[in-house]
Amino acid sequence: MTDGWRHAGRPFVWRRSLWISALLTPALVVMVLFVLWPVLSAFRFAFYDFNGLRPSGFIGLENFRQVLFEKPYSDWTYNALKHNVIAFLALMLFENGTAFLIAFALLKALPGHRIHQVIVFLPVVLSAVIVGFLWRLFLHPLFGLVNQLLGLVGIGAIPWLGNENTALGSILFANVWHWLGFPTLVLLAGMQRISKDVLEAARLDGAGDYALMTKIVWPLIAPSVTIVTILTFIGSFNWFEIPYVMAGLTGSPGGSTDVLGLYFYRTAFGSTTTGIQDFGQGSALAVLMFVFVAGVTAIALRYLRRREIEQ
Amino acid sequence: MSRRRIGLALASASFAWGFASSVARATDISFWTWRQEDKAAYNELFADFTKANPDIHVKFESFPDENYPTIVSTALAGGKGGDVIHTHAYGWLEQFVKAGYFEPLDMAAVPSLANQPADALVSGTYRADKKVYSLPFASQTLGLFINKDVFANAGLTPPITWDEFVTVSKALKEKGIYPLANGMGTSWFNEMFVAIFTNPFLGQDFVSDLTSGKTTFKDPRYVAALSKLLELRPYMPDGFEGIDYDTAGQLFLSGKAAMLAGGSFDIATYRSQNPAINMDFVAPPMAKPGDTPQATKFFDGGYAVNSKSANKEAALKLVNWMGTKEFGDKFSALLGNISPIKGVVIKDELLSHVAKLNDTAMPHINVVYFRFEKPTGSELLQGDITKMMSGSITPDQLAADLTDGLAKWYKPFQGK
Repeated sequence: MTDGWRHAGRPFVWRRSLWISALLTPALVVMVLFVLWPVLSAFRFAFYDFNGLRPSGFIGLENFRQVLFEKPYSDWTYNALKHNVIAFLALMLFENGTAFLIAFALLKALPGHRIHQVIVFLPVVLSAVIVGFLWRLFLHPLFGLVNQLLGLVGIGAIPWLGNENTALGSILFANVWHWLGFPTLVLLAGMQRISKDVLEAARLDGAGDYALMTKIVWPLIAPSVTIVTILTFIGSFNWFEIPYVMAGLTGSPGGSTDVLGLYFYRTAFGSTTTGIQDFGQGSALAVLMFVFVAGVTAIALRYLRRREIEQ
Repeated sequence: MSRRRIGLALASASFAWGFASSVARATDISFWTWRQEDKAAYNELFADFTKANPDIHVKFESFPDENYPTIVSTALAGGKGGDVIHTHAYGWLEQFVKAGYFEPLDMAAVPSLANQPADALVSGTYRADKKVYSLPFASQTLGLFINKDVFANAGLTPPITWDEFVTVSKALKEKGIYPLANGMGTSWFNEMFVAIFTNPFLGQDFVSDLTSGKTTFKDPRYVAALSKLLELRPYMPDGFEGIDYDTAGQLFLSGKAAMLAGGSFDIATYRSQNPAINMDFVAPPMAKPGDTPQATKFFDGGYAVNSKSANKEAALKLVNWMGTKEFGDKFSALLGNISPIKGVVIKDELLSHVAKLNDTAMPHINVVYFRFEKPTGSELLQGDITKMMSGSITPDQLAADLTDGLAKWYKPFQGK
């Protein structure tokens, strides 16, 4: 009997294993070829000197030393990193903060809330390239819509994207306009999961909108806040498309909009007008970005999950 | 089937076989470039080549300018890529040569190298082995576009000296015309903008001193020339910091601006965008009356042969033909570019005038001498010039940043 079961079971187990393997293989091959292999290649290239376009010798941590400690590369690295940090903080405050307020307003289901929900989400479906190009036109110093409107109240041509003090803010504004709908939707979904009984009980206890928002809703949407925070962090440190379209590969003017994504691309792949491609230094930057984003995300996730449990 | 039909079928089959085998005997080679806009002209040129060499057919393949270096280097690294590659010059070319991707061109395989002037060949030569790897295709001249109608309507004469430039610009501004169309919104052009207006104040002596290691960019002559750029700001459009090169072109073409610092590479484009435009291209304002007019010149790039090409012989034949006067004459006529080939006849009046400016032109210093290693002079200058024009750094600081950055690899600047 036992032997019979074994005899009948083996082919079944094998068939099942084969079937599972067959299903997993395509995804695994794609992952290895297009994710794992490039990541491992970047790790390898980061330790090589590229004299020309081919690795010409193992140089240990030299590429890392250059981008972190040797001027002007280190200045460019920290300048770009600073802008990524500013982007993260600004997006947390303005994008996610506004999203929270809009989500709370939508939760109240005021008349017309459905159409507002669609309008807020609409820009998210546009490509970043289109959004960047659109806002570049809007912010054009001479012909742009923004300056045309300001001109009506007597304000002269402002070079939004040409001034070091306004360029990064302008690009961040375009980014907020583009992505506002996404955190709004995630936070709204979180709010809609709160039991109506809890909200009504709070109302009966005399809680106003502010108290409801800060004492009830905010703590109870902690899982949604975790998701939004982590995605904003990853997005801020991998930021590329909108700065590229609106400020170009050099993060103009004068590097005031440079971010790590642009700096990495420029270093690894060069540009027709600046010259040299350096896969070694570019790979070192990519590895540092990967380690930084993965490391901080892991720590932040741990902290935010603990906060969810505590609340 | 009747005998007649069988006979007809056999005849057709043998004809088709014969035709196919004759086509198969022809060599197909590809030409890779970033110049999509030149497709029609190149196809016409390649048709001429095939007429003279019926066994070689050339296919034009173009790629986006911005990603061209990446596409070419990736393809060549994989042993693929076009048989003939359109290259940029100087440092851009050198990184490909270092990697062994291009075939050296010698007089045996490419006798038309003899038709090239020495300064043109430098742009396609690898400094380490002194061999030519890319046959130069065009020289570019940087200077000042003049909208003659705007000047005529304003009753003004285009300026020759710096002082005249300032006087004329004031008068144009009072009439509600932007004197100078340029802004600082396009990094790659900002570097050219610097070259255009500083070169007349620098002169050939400065270039000799710089390249022989006697001086650096911290030289008072360079700092003074940079300071002159600040004087241009009142004559540029409102919000000039954000005006890109395309917008500047439109301001000039539409007559809203009287002058535009630009390159001869745009002559054909501007004519196609506004066929009615009455324009001139002159040397930028000289420092004082009696100085030599000094436009800026550089060689844009060339034609190289892929060292892994399976059709190297045919590719070399094509490149050799691209160095002949026959090619140069037609190239200049079709594309409005100045071929460096000796003896080329330029029929277009404006282009011929630009070619004359080249006789006394200064080199585009950063491109010709300081784009060979990282950090390149271009990335250092492009990063700093917008800051200087907006007043957040001084010309001295820019000159110091440029010198100190280049000192990483340019030995004559080290310790200075």
